[in-house]
Amino acid sequence: MELAPLLQYLISGLTNGAIYALIALGFVIIYHATTIINFAQGEMVMLGALSAISIYHLYPSLPLAFLGGVALVTLVGIVFERLALRPVRDPNPITLIIITVGGAVFIKGVAMLLWGKEAYSLPSFSGDAPFHLGTATILPQNLWVLGLTAVVLLGMEAFFRLTLVGKAMRACAYNPRAARLVGISLGRMVQLSFALSAALGAGAGILIAPLTLGVYDMGTMLGLKGFCAAILGGLGSSFGGVLGGLILGVAESLATGLISSGYRDAVAFFILLLVLFIRPQGLIRGGS
Amino acid sequence: MLAITDQPLLELKEISLAFGGLQALDGVSFTVAPGTVQAVIGPNGAGKTTLFNLITGFLSPQSGRVVFQGEEIQGQPPHQVARLGIARTFQLVQLFDYMTVLENVMVGRHRLSRAGLLAGALRLPWTSQEEVSIRERALEELQFVGLADRAHQPAAALPLGLKRLLEIARALAAEPTLLLLDEPASGLDAVETERLQEMILALRERGLTILLVEHDMGLTMEVADQIAVLNYGQLIATGPPREVQKNPEVIAAYLGTDWQT
Amino acid sequence: MNPRKFLNPWVLFGAAALLTAGVLDNDYYLTLINFIGIHALLVVGLNLLMGYGGQISLGHAAFFGLGSYTSGILTATYGVNPWLALLAGLVVCGVTAFLIGVPALKLRGYYLAMATLGFGIIVYIFFTEAHKLTGGPSGLAGIPSLSIGGFKLDTPKRLYLLIWPVLGVILALSANLVDSRTGRALRALHEGETAAQSLGVNTAKLKLLIFIWSALYASLAGSLYAHTLNFIAPSSFGFMFSIKLVTMVVLGGMASIWGSLLGAAVLTVLPEILTMFHDYEVIIFGAILMVVMIFLPRGLVRGLKDLWEFRRYKKEGGIIG
Repeated sequence: MELAPLLQYLISGLTNGAIYALIALGFVIIYHATTIINFAQGEMVMLGALSAISIYHLYPSLPLAFLGGVALVTLVGIVFERLALRPVRDPNPITLIIITVGGAVFIKGVAMLLWGKEAYSLPSFSGDAPFHLGTATILPQNLWVLGLTAVVLLGMEAFFRLTLVGKAMRACAYNPRAARLVGISLGRMVQLSFALSAALGAGAGILIAPLTLGVYDMGTMLGLKGFCAAILGGLGSSFGGVLGGLILGVAESLATGLISSGYRDAVAFFILLLVLFIRPQGLIRGGS
Repeated sequence: MLAITDQPLLELKEISLAFGGLQALDGVSFTVAPGTVQAVIGPNGAGKTTLFNLITGFLSPQSGRVVFQGEEIQGQPPHQVARLGIARTFQLVQLFDYMTVLENVMVGRHRLSRAGLLAGALRLPWTSQEEVSIRERALEELQFVGLADRAHQPAAALPLGLKRLLEIARALAAEPTLLLLDEPASGLDAVETERLQEMILALRERGLTILLVEHDMGLTMEVADQIAVLNYGQLIATGPPREVQKNPEVIAAYLGTDWQT
Repeated sequence: MNPRKFLNPWVLFGAAALLTAGVLDNDYYLTLINFIGIHALLVVGLNLLMGYGGQISLGHAAFFGLGSYTSGILTATYGVNPWLALLAGLVVCGVTAFLIGVPALKLRGYYLAMATLGFGIIVYIFFTEAHKLTGGPSGLAGIPSLSIGGFKLDTPKRLYLLIWPVLGVILALSANLVDSRTGRALRALHEGETAAQSLGVNTAKLKLLIFIWSALYASLAGSLYAHTLNFIAPSSFGFMFSIKLVTMVVLGGMASIWGSLLGAAVLTVLPEILTMFHDYEVIIFGAILMVVMIFLPRGLVRGLKDLWEFRRYKKEGGIIG
């Protein structure tokens, strides 16, 4: 096996992995606040990509498209929690699964009406002139994805460790009753968690759009892979989720190159089943 | 049903279990003689419910043995333990809410009937006969606890006091040798507690062995032949009610706590 | 058993089925009715698992597909007798359900949902990618029709005479099942796994059994589907179809045999009546899932029935709380 393609697979694997990591973090945040797995998380990714593209078509400024897309989807996240989850009277897992799956399908359907079935492109953040690393090619967008993901992840970490709100959210996850006793509003925290994870999903979608195009049904797969990454990382820790995302991205990319591209998506789910069946607590034990 | 030997029905030997750093049970040993009512008392958090979960297979001890009818049962799954003839109720009532009162009790007959998935789907003639006997026995238990007239209501529609009775009827339908009652009087009013007391004594007459966790000291003193007192996971006294009541260690453990009469 | 309570729906079902057979001679409607029957088979099975047993499956289309493709491949490619192929499909689905079920059913709630979803997608990808075996995305054509003796079941009417009696038998089996010892244990497992175990119910084994059982229904439906259409393609067995099945269960009502038939009928007929429906199909499914689960978590039929019964008993009993 030659080194060159291996390096190429590694680069594209890490890029996808970073996206999975962002989505995984969204799952982890909501899971921490509510113990809900939000099956609609992937649709936030799709909404992020498509709304940024639309904004860019109205007014061609990438920063505006990015921020506008994230803001819009954050709002969707908040509305979704408010309308679909807060009124639930009997919050057992089956009910919540069906509701969030329903939400995912609903959002996807609306997106299909709004944007149709065609794929849209978003220009790369800084051109398409590739770098060469040995024989491997790196696109500037690869670096944007990796760089921004790193910035966002560090920012999240700082938010949870340093700010009052972040600490309050962690307190809720750790012990909801005690949190309520010291005056933290659980409802507010749940809302915040949905807002944050929607924003993360949207960011992921906008980052990946220049590489993969944006299309109404891109969310399902990305969401599931983000979940797979979160599970790999044990669902407990954001660090685990990030590592899970990178492992998944690289594994998928290697399998695509070495085995067959048709089974690319199957790899992620094969890993998912393997992890669920053999080590449902994740590869990295989640500590809170 | 009464064993003729002097062998205890249930024997706990040096049971220990810790959750994280918390020693829930620490070297607890005692025996339950057949045909008796044995109460386990102790302040909140003393490890009483943990003890029940250990006996019924929902938890495994880290060390020690649970011996039922001469057979070691620790580490066996709950359904296996149930099939040996140990039935229980729960501190927080666990009924099948959307099933009828009668159906709840009919599930109690599970271990004593055998129609499987295919036989049931095909409704083989013998399964219909089995169903009839399941239904009859379930109705008998409902009559015993006084719920026969509510047989066809959903269990969730019962008030708490009747839910506790239903749970007992469900456990009785399994015709257990040993019945574990986890705080059966909590949430009952004086009249209902009185009825419960009569019921427990009637069951002992039937030859049933009962292990009881209860906070209501009046009830406990009336029905128990033997009392075991737990405090912070340790057994601090066993004996007949009168003796235990006078035990200075027991009094100390309860002082200033929720000793209810 | 109260004969009035027991007989009514069955008499209606039989009468309606016979009447349809005697009167209706329109191929379009008969085809539609046949599809309702096939969907109802799937939905009853899924309802046993989900509505009665409380175990969610978001990959039920996979078993439908496995049954379909086993029948399709064995008959179209290898010329095996269709009835034998149907049996082979049952074996394939039963074994697959066993292999997936043993590890998957140890998982609860979200994990089980994700595991079944992942399984469904892997199977779908397999249908699409294993070109030599399945014909790939463009599908598998040339699947022969079923025949009984020399009587070929190749018109909608003739298929109707197979599918609906089969459905009738399956409905009867299912109604018997839920009203049997195992059915009670199954409902008990759903409502309180701990309590069920404490009464001697081997819940792990029961979950596996009902998972396999519902996979067998799906396989049967798949085989009938393959021989009805004479052509199958992976797109019929994807994630969205699994969701559609869940929607049918939810709409008709969790833990309701007749509700399953209703759910299947409504969501099979609606897209045909409303030509606009196709564009909005996904949105409508999503909305149904959300609205019904938020307001009537036990499904439409069952939820309304519960509301009514509880009100009645609360009035009668003078309930405190």
